[in-house]
Amino acid sequence: MTTTTLSDTTHQLPQTIEPRNPGMPLDLDWVRRAQANTSAIERRVAALPGRRSVKKDYQAAWLCKAISCIDLTTLSGDDTPGRVTRLCAKARQPVRPDLLAALGMEGLTVGAVCVYHEMVAPAVAALQGSGIPVAAVSTGFPAGLSPFNLRLAEIGASVEAGAEEIDIVISRRHVLTGDWQALYDEMRAFRDACGDAHVKAILATGELGSLRNVARASLVCMMAGADFIKTSTGKESVNATLPVTLVMIRAIRDYFERTGYRIGYKPAGGISKAKDALTYLSLIKEELGHRWLQPDLFRFGASSLLGDIERQLEHHVTGHYSASYRHPIG
Amino acid sequence: MTIKDIFQSMDYGPAPENAGDALAWIIDQGARFGHFINGDWTVPSDDFPSLNPANGETLAKLSQATPDDIDAAVAAARKAQTPWAKLGGHGRARHLYAIARLLQKHARLFAVLETLDNGKPIRESRDIDVPLAQRHFYYHAGMAELMESECPDREALGVCGQIIPWNFPLLMLAWKIAPALAMGNTVVLKPAEQTSLTALLFADICQQAGLPKGVVNIVTGDGTVGEMIVAHEGIDKIAFTGSTEVGRKIRAATAGSGKALTLELGGKSPFIVFEDADIDSAIEGLVDAIWFNQGEVCCAGSRLLVQEGIAERFHRKLKARMANLRLGNPLDKCIDVGAVIDATQLSRVAEMVESCTEGETYRANLEMPAEGHFYPPTLITGLSPSSRLMQEEIFGPVLVSATFRTPAEAVALANNTRYGLAASVWSENINLALGIAPQLVAGVVWINGSNMFDAAAGFGGLRESGYGREGGWEGLAAYTKPKGKAKPLAPVAGFKGKGASEDALDRTAKLYIGGKQARPDGGYSRAIYGRSGNLLGQAPLANRKDLRNAVEAARGAKGWSGMSGHQRAQVLYYIAENLSAREGEFAHRINAMTGGRSGAKEVETSIRRLFAAAAWADKYDGHIHGVPIRGVALAQKEPVGVIAALCPDDAPLLGLVSVMAPAVAMGNRVILAASEPFPLAATDFYQVLETSDVPGGVVNILTGAHKDLAAPMAGHLDIDAVWSFSSTDLSAEIERESAGNLKRTWVNNAMARDWSEDHTRSFLEASTEVKNIWIPYGE
Repeated sequence: MTTTTLSDTTHQLPQTIEPRNPGMPLDLDWVRRAQANTSAIERRVAALPGRRSVKKDYQAAWLCKAISCIDLTTLSGDDTPGRVTRLCAKARQPVRPDLLAALGMEGLTVGAVCVYHEMVAPAVAALQGSGIPVAAVSTGFPAGLSPFNLRLAEIGASVEAGAEEIDIVISRRHVLTGDWQALYDEMRAFRDACGDAHVKAILATGELGSLRNVARASLVCMMAGADFIKTSTGKESVNATLPVTLVMIRAIRDYFERTGYRIGYKPAGGISKAKDALTYLSLIKEELGHRWLQPDLFRFGASSLLGDIERQLEHHVTGHYSASYRHPIG
Repeated sequence: MTIKDIFQSMDYGPAPENAGDALAWIIDQGARFGHFINGDWTVPSDDFPSLNPANGETLAKLSQATPDDIDAAVAAARKAQTPWAKLGGHGRARHLYAIARLLQKHARLFAVLETLDNGKPIRESRDIDVPLAQRHFYYHAGMAELMESECPDREALGVCGQIIPWNFPLLMLAWKIAPALAMGNTVVLKPAEQTSLTALLFADICQQAGLPKGVVNIVTGDGTVGEMIVAHEGIDKIAFTGSTEVGRKIRAATAGSGKALTLELGGKSPFIVFEDADIDSAIEGLVDAIWFNQGEVCCAGSRLLVQEGIAERFHRKLKARMANLRLGNPLDKCIDVGAVIDATQLSRVAEMVESCTEGETYRANLEMPAEGHFYPPTLITGLSPSSRLMQEEIFGPVLVSATFRTPAEAVALANNTRYGLAASVWSENINLALGIAPQLVAGVVWINGSNMFDAAAGFGGLRESGYGREGGWEGLAAYTKPKGKAKPLAPVAGFKGKGASEDALDRTAKLYIGGKQARPDGGYSRAIYGRSGNLLGQAPLANRKDLRNAVEAARGAKGWSGMSGHQRAQVLYYIAENLSAREGEFAHRINAMTGGRSGAKEVETSIRRLFAAAAWADKYDGHIHGVPIRGVALAQKEPVGVIAALCPDDAPLLGLVSVMAPAVAMGNRVILAASEPFPLAATDFYQVLETSDVPGGVVNILTGAHKDLAAPMAGHLDIDAVWSFSSTDLSAEIERESAGNLKRTWVNNAMARDWSEDHTRSFLEASTEVKNIWIPYGE
C-alpha cells in the first residue's frame, strides 16, 4: 500500500490514506441503544449557521475545499457517453483557469464523477490520467429492489468496467421492519462483491421514517464494512438534510471511537448553494473534526452546487457578482 | 495565509461584526448620558464609565442618580400613570406594538451595542436576546389589548420600580417593562451599572415611538440607586432580578411597606441525563445550558447529574465537545464564549474554582485572548452534594457534575438545593421524563432541551430562586391587583370576664397536630369569655415548638399533594357534610364567643366555601402555552407546599375555612393559627376534621397569640408560604422574617377583607405555583 500525505494533492483515493474499515460483528446492543432526539438535533443544526461563519479568503478556500469534495454527478435516463465526457471535462477543470490562478488554486479538481453502470466505461476513459475516480451507483439504484443476485452482479460489472467506488442502496424494508441482521448480511455481501473498490452505503434516509432509524442503519452498515455512508439517492422526495447529516456523522464518530476506523460521509441531493456547502463543512468540522474535511472522507453528491460556487468564487476574485453564463457548463 | 494554506488548514478565520454604527450612536449622544426622566434627558454628570469587558475600553460616561433624580423619576411616573391606564388596553397596545417594531428596525444596533457593553457573543445578542426582547413587546401588546376583556377584575399596581442585572440587559428590561406597561403601570427602571447602554438606547426608542412622557423612566447608577428605588415611598411595586443575596435585602427593606414584590434570583439548576438519553444531543444541550452567555445565566444548567452507567462515556464526550468551543472577541461571529462582565466577577469565579479541592477539574485547552475578562469553560467532575460548588451558584462558565443510580436518586439530588429555578431532563423514555418533571422543585423544566424562553411561557422560581412569574398569563399577576379599595382593619379583641364554665363537664381544647390532639408544649392556656364575661373555655397557647411539630407533621403529609383533585374534593365535601351535621352547635359557639347573632350564617357560608374549594379541586387547570417550538409548554399548577397562616380574627370559623379549604384543595398542607380572640370554633372544628378522613398532618391547628407565632412562622426554613389575615398588624414582621428562605408571603397590611364575600379565586392563586414544563416533540 502506498501512502501519500494530505498536502500532496487536492484529491485522494481513500485507500491511500486510511486503513480500510474491515467491519465488525453485528453488535445489536449497540444498534438498539442508539438514540436520536429529533427536536434537539434540529436545534443544533438550526443554530450552527449562526455560530460559525467564514469570510473573505477563508470563504474562498472553504469553497475550493467543497469543490474538491464534490462527486460530480449525472444520473439521468438520457445520459450518453457524450454527456458524460462533457461532465468529466468539467470534473478536471471545475473552475475557470483564470479564477483558479487568481485564487492560487491551480490543479483543483472535483472528488469523483458519479454515474450509472452503463456510463462507467466512458467516464473512466474521459478521466484517464486525471486521478479522478469514477463512482458507480449500483444494486438496483435507486429502489434496490431488483433480484439480489443481479444486484451483486451489477457491482461486479461496474468494478470490472473500472469504477473505483460503488454507491450501493440498502433495502429500506430491513430498516423499517427492524431486521438489522438482514441489513448487515446484505451490506456484507455488497462489500465483498466490491473487492478493492470502495463502497458507499446509501441509506435513503428520506424513506427510513425516523432519525433513530437513520442512526441505527448507519451503525449496521459501518459494522458490515461500509467505507462511506451516504444519505440518499437524490431520487427520494427528501434527500440530504442537516439533521440527517448530524445523526449520521455522530454515528461515524461513535464508530471511530469504538473501532479506530474512520468512515466517510456523503450527503447527496438537495445541496445546491455555496452557503449550504459551507454549513455542511462547518458541521463536519465541528462534529467530526478537521481530518474529515478531505475528499477521502467527505463528499458532496451534487450536480448543481458547483455552478453556484463558481459564481461565488468569481465574486471573490473580482468583487462583482457573477452570472452563470460566464462559467463553462459540464 | 494564502487561500491554498487555508485550503489545508480549514480554519474559520476572523468574522468580525462591524461595530461602527453602534459606536457612532454613542458618539451622536455625546458619549455621555444623563437619566431619561419624564421623556427627557437630564444633564450628564460623568460619574462612572461603561466599559467593554472584552477589551477594557470606555464606551461612554454615565451618571449616578441622586435622590432628587429618583424623586423626579417617580413623580413623572406617578403623574403619567393615571392617563396611561386610562388610555385603555388598545391605546397601550398601539404603543407597545410601536416599540416592538422599532426594536425590530434597530435590531442590529441593539445587538452590537449589547455585545460591546456586556461581552456576550454577537451570535447570542443577535439571535437570542434581541429577538426575545421584541417578542416580549409584541406579546404584551396583545396582553394590553386583551386586558379589559380577560382581566376585568384587575387593575394596574401604579408606579413600578424595576432593577435589572447585567447578564441580559435588554432582555431583562423587556421582561420588566413590557408586562408593566401593558397592564397600565408606569416604570422607573435601573439597569445594572455595568450595562446601561441598551436601556439608554431603549429610552431613545421610546421617544421615537411617541410614548407619553413619564411612562418609562430610566435612571442609571450602582446599587445605592437601587436602594433608593426600593426605599422610595412613591413606588407601589418592586421587581428585581439579580442575586439571592440582594433579593433577601430587598425583601427585608420593603417589609411592611405595602409594596408588591417579585424577585427573580439565583439558581443552581440541575441538568439530569438518564442512560437512555440521546447523549450527543444532551451534550449539545449542556453547551446551551452552561456555556450560553459565559454561564452568567440565573437558570444555567450548572449542576450536571448523570446516570452512573453512562457517566464515564458522557464525560469523555463532553470534554471533547468543550475543546471545540471558541472563546474570544464577542463581536466575532464564530465565537461561542465571550467575556465575563468585569474583573470582580472574573476573580469571583476563579476564586470559587480554585477553592475546590475535590473531584477533578478539566479546562478546555482553548486559546485565551491577551486582554479582556475571559474565563475558560470548565468542568468539575466527581463532586458530591456536600461539595461547596454543588450548592453555590458560580455564575460563570463552570459546570459541576455528580452521578446518580436511579430516577428517585436523581430527583433527590436535583432537589437537594436551596434554589428552585430551572431543570433539564434528558431521556428518550416519555414515561420517565414526564414522571420526573413534576417531582423537580423548579419553576421551569425543559425536557430534552435547555434555556428555552418565550414571552408566552412564564419564567420564575421556587424556594430561594424568588417568586413571581415573568411572561404568560401567569406573569400578569405581578403587575396587577384586584380592583377596589380595602378598608383598614381594626384590632379585634375578645371579651374579658371571670367566673366558671357553664358546661356541665369540662371540655379541654387542644392543639391539633399531625391528626392528633396535642397539649401545648409550654403548658399554658388562656381563658376565653363570652359577652357577659362568662367563661367559655380555655384555649392552649401554642409556642414555637408546637409550630415546629406542626411543620414536621405537615411536611410528612406529602401524600396529600400527590392525591388527585377528585380525591381531595371528596374529603372537602365530607368535611362540609360533617360540619353541616353540627351546624347548630357551631353557630351557638360562634355567637357565644363574638357576642353576635351571625353564627348560623357563618356556618352556612363556611359550608359554601368548602363546596367551592371542593368544586375547584379538580378544575383549577393549567395552560398549554403556544410557544414557538414544535411541542408544548405545559403551565402546570402545583401546590406551594406547606403554608402557615394567621387566620382572620373577625370570623372565627368562616375565616379559618376560607383560608384552609382552597389551600388544601390545591394539595397544600396547612398550619392554621386560629382566630386569636375567638379560638374555640377552630378547636371544635378539628373534631370535624377527625371524622372526615383528612389525613393526619394535612391540616394543623394552633391557638394562641398571633404576635408570638408570626415571627417563628415567617422565620421557619421549612415553611413555603406564610399568610396573615390577623387583625394584629404583623405584616412588616412577617415580610422581614420571611427573607430567611424567601418564602412567599401574603399579608393584609392591616387592611380588612369581607369574609362574607367569596375570595376563593385569590386563595387558589396564592395556593399554587405555576411550573412551565417545556416538551419539544417529534420523531
